[in-house]
Amino acid sequence: MLTIQDLHVFHGPIEAVHGISLEVEQGKCISLLGPNGAGKTSTISAITGIARSTGLVRFEGRDLSRDSVEARIAAGIAVSPEGRRIFSNLTVLENLTLGAALQKDAAEKAKDTDHWFSLFPILAERRDQSAGTLSGGEQQMLAIARALMARPKILLLDEPSLGLAPKIVRQIFDLIADLKTRGMTILLVEQNATQALKLADYAYLMSSGRIVAHGTADDLGKSDKLMAELTGVA
Amino acid sequence: MEYIVQQVLNALSFGAEYALLALGLAIVFSIMGLVNFAHGEIIAVGGYTMVAFASLAIGNPMIVMVGAVLAAMLASLTLERVAFRPVRKADPTTGLLTAFGVSIVLQNLFLLFVSPRPIAVTSLYFLDWSIEIAGIRLASLQVFETLTTIIVIIALMLFLRRTVLGLAVRAASLDFEMVRLTGIRANRVFAIAFLISGLLAGLACIFIMARRGSVDPHLGFEPVLKAFVACVVGGFGSLPGAVLGGFLLGAVEVAMLVMLPQSLGGMTDAFVFMIVAMILIWRPDGILSPAVEKGDKL
Ligand SMILES: Nc1ncnc2c1ncn2[C@@H]1O[C@H](COP(=O)(O)OP(=O)(O)OP(=O)(O)O)[C@@H](O)[C@H]1O
Ligand SMILES: [Mg+2]
Repeated sequence: MLTIQDLHVFHGPIEAVHGISLEVEQGKCISLLGPNGAGKTSTISAITGIARSTGLVRFEGRDLSRDSVEARIAAGIAVSPEGRRIFSNLTVLENLTLGAALQKDAAEKAKDTDHWFSLFPILAERRDQSAGTLSGGEQQMLAIARALMARPKILLLDEPSLGLAPKIVRQIFDLIADLKTRGMTILLVEQNATQALKLADYAYLMSSGRIVAHGTADDLGKSDKLMAELTGVA
Repeated sequence: MEYIVQQVLNALSFGAEYALLALGLAIVFSIMGLVNFAHGEIIAVGGYTMVAFASLAIGNPMIVMVGAVLAAMLASLTLERVAFRPVRKADPTTGLLTAFGVSIVLQNLFLLFVSPRPIAVTSLYFLDWSIEIAGIRLASLQVFETLTTIIVIIALMLFLRRTVLGLAVRAASLDFEMVRLTGIRANRVFAIAFLISGLLAGLACIFIMARRGSVDPHLGFEPVLKAFVACVVGGFGSLPGAVLGGFLLGAVEVAMLVMLPQSLGGMTDAFVFMIVAMILIWRPDGILSPAVEKGDKL
């Protein structure tokens, strides 16, 4: 569904990712692991078109690498970005409404809002509250729900568990598992390798802008390389 | 009693003008981080449009007013396209210099191609007459200006709360990139902000022209300077702050006019700015700084 080939990502003159290739198949959950600064977020930014990149980004057979950010989102890519980036000056409901900005049918939009509110009762309770007043975990759920409001074909999740209490982390991973069983295609960026590998069908391990290992979750989970990269013990 | 009501209305109409212009500055600033110093020239475009109608012997006030507002909106949109879009990703200083440059270029165009001298426009005098409400004589122009501004503020509020594009404008003041990541085209958000800004300048232009009765290349300079101060007082980039700052500035100005003795009459602005300075010592980021509004912990 999403194919990346020889992707180089740049931040100004700095090259953060040095030619990686990966593949996300329809209905699968693919995990992108790696330590701080490995280039995971840069890769996500290149897929959405936020960061400048060279190489191939093909989505459903179409080359997106020349398309604008907006066009890529319209093609069916949605992202829950690193740091959540909810609109804290808007209410919870307004955040969701913006998530469905491309949905023209008001009835469908209302249906989706109700659906996600029923799945996240805590958000429903705070629908008219400023999103900035939510707790970290609630904000993360809002960020994911906002992305899902777009009814994406693929969901990019950048470190959804970052900085959250273990109980909340479990909730978030349960949610991702639930999305997966509903057939959602997911690219999951995580530092929490243990949890991510439980969910993922296939995983890539990044370090210093390169993919240093990849394989099924089982294979990679057993590999020494993973632990070495993530703990910094070679 | 009559005097008090008259002065209150005076303050409201001053404040209304500042609030309209301050909102126009603030909405652009909130999403671009750019103080649009060419805002005054947008007002002048409205004024010269009225001149153009007069020279074409079109006196229908409806046509003159709507035409001036549309011209201001078009001018604002054009500036966004040709001047500000290319520097959108540049650093704030570049944007600021661009705004100054555009302002100077437009003023010189007016000087060269129209006239450096004021040109009288009489088609809007009809807005100003003396009306009597409950035995109190009032200037109709001030009543219109206050009411129009209140209606516009309510309409703008509804737009910003009830429409997707309005939500996007508010969200863009916080995180423009994230707005793009919801699929909303950045160009549309910029265009709507400049359109609204132009609309507000056009409306203010009607009242400024009705009061002054003439247009010159510097028509918008002083009003926009005051609007800028209103923005600073209210908290730059905050829309409620712009409205609050505008009305506050109007009130302070009228209070000074009323309270200062005749001998200090020429010093009104000096006293007004002194009070502004005091407010800024108390709240350096303005009364409703956007950070407070967004719920950031200060
Ligand atoms: N906007 C930027 N400007 C300059 N350099 C950047 C920028 N964003 C990232 N980088 C650099 O690119 C490299 C990769 O960063 P990236 O954020 O992609 O890593 P990451 O794998 O997401 O790390 P983390 O787990 O900490 O989020 C780092 O060396 C970082 O310093
Ligand atoms: Mg990252």
